[in-house]
Amino acid sequence: MLPNTYKLLQKKKKAILELWMKNQLADEGLREDLISNDELRSQSEELVSALIGNLSSDSIDDFNSDQWSPVIEILGGIAITRARQGFTPRETGNFVFSLKEALIEVLQQELQGDLQSLFAESLKVNRIIDNLTVVTFETFIKGREEVILRQTDEITEISTPVIRVWDGILALPIIGTLDSARTQVVMENLLQEIVETGSSIAILDISGVPAVDSLVAQHLIKTVSATRLMGAECIISGIRPEIAQTVVHLGIDLSNIITKSSLASALAYAFKAMRLEVRKINAVQKF
Amino acid sequence: MVLSLSKDTIQVVREQDVVLLRNRIKEVAVKIKMGLVNQTRLITAASELLRNMLRYGNGGHCVVEIVSSGRNNGVRLTFTDKGPGIPDIALAMKDGYSTGKSLGLGLPGTKRLVNEFDIKSKVGEGTTVTIIKWANG
Amino acid sequence: MDRIPILRMGNFLLVTIQVDLYDRLALTLEADLVQMVKKTSAKGVLIDISAVTIVDSFMGRIIGNIASMSKILDSETVVVGMQPAVAITLIELGLPLKGVHTALDVERGMNLLKSMIDDFDDEDIEEDPDGSLAE
Repeated sequence: MLPNTYKLLQKKKKAILELWMKNQLADEGLREDLISNDELRSQSEELVSALIGNLSSDSIDDFNSDQWSPVIEILGGIAITRARQGFTPRETGNFVFSLKEALIEVLQQELQGDLQSLFAESLKVNRIIDNLTVVTFETFIKGREEVILRQTDEITEISTPVIRVWDGILALPIIGTLDSARTQVVMENLLQEIVETGSSIAILDISGVPAVDSLVAQHLIKTVSATRLMGAECIISGIRPEIAQTVVHLGIDLSNIITKSSLASALAYAFKAMRLEVRKINAVQKF
Repeated sequence: MVLSLSKDTIQVVREQDVVLLRNRIKEVAVKIKMGLVNQTRLITAASELLRNMLRYGNGGHCVVEIVSSGRNNGVRLTFTDKGPGIPDIALAMKDGYSTGKSLGLGLPGTKRLVNEFDIKSKVGEGTTVTIIKWANG
Repeated sequence: MDRIPILRMGNFLLVTIQVDLYDRLALTLEADLVQMVKKTSAKGVLIDISAVTIVDSFMGRIIGNIASMSKILDSETVVVGMQPAVAITLIELGLPLKGVHTALDVERGMNLLKSMIDDFDDEDIEEDPDGSLAE
């Protein structure tokens, strides 16, 4: 960028800010419900100062240069707040795009006679703003992703309870799809609980798992094998007829695994293995 | 984009160096708050690669790095030896293949334990294996 | 040179591995243990690995070897106390240690050995007083 151009922009900082604010306030997508006009102004002012303050003949060509980091930081902060406040991507994008219009309008006023440099300088402004927009969207999406990741973590945490059904018998009802990440959590929780309680039998109930494909079956086999290495036995229960069908059709070999159709029959098996007996008391006993 | 945050080189020529390296890896893994199971996977993978390096490559060195990519931190290990090299990498990566008297689980097993696995080898010049394990991967 | 101690308890041999194994130590253990099985005509071998944090394919193979070799010498092997992280890693590595019996702790391992030997052998087996199991 020509030295006079960025000096010009620096001189016209106030005008740019006013113009930008005017554009923003005039926009029909203005979200007064999410952000007050005062706050919007202070955000805009901060960004404009940082942007124009850091313009120089070097920074203009190299967007990776350190001079841009304060601008990116401010913009990133704004984008993340907006993602959390519930702005749409379009509204967040327009925030930056309306700045471009303000910048170009100022350039147009100042460089009226010189069409050639107006075109060249506008291109450069365009490039800066495009880069800034990309940064904005990256951070905006990152903000959203953080929310999703936190929720995923929470879901995984709460959806894998290990229940101690009897002294030495653990049960783990799995509800929902089993993917690799979830299997990790399930497996780690189960094995840790086996060590802590000294349980020798674990029942993995999959009645709440919508489908078993070869990947899920592999995960199950892995869990059972790891349990065995630790010296405990793992029973898989809650296998629905459809699942038995898919398993056989897919050619998955579950013959090394103890499988039971219901949690009750798995429990009965566990009792037997532990040489326990549950029976009905004949006479009514008074306590 | 993977950024390297810290770097440390350890020479491995004797069997005893293995213990030293394991402790160093454990240290960095704990530093980036890697879970116990992932730590175990990483150190076991390193153990496999070290053994290969000592047995086939006459020792070499290992670079231990803490790396970050986006919001994820991890440990990157680069094992370099100046051994005879591996003529057929695809074959070496097959389960059950071994030129020594081992089970042939070394390379493919190691790959299953880590998130990223890269092997480069030139016959007569040596072998470089790079692995990355993310803290929550 | 370091050696892992092998304790004799009646018909059984007890090995408690307290340090992380490296190759030579594991090889020495394999040799010592097989010698000891022969010398004492032990009926069972109990290996406690609860303090071991890393088992890679080499050490996994040694454990498998010990089991197979003892089996030839008419002795059963039980590995007890494997850590969850170690179990998961071994499975992913592709080493399910087939043919090796496992138990959660020394006490259960001992019971398992007794029951296995009872199945084949009707001779009375010396009962170990519980106190001898304590460390």
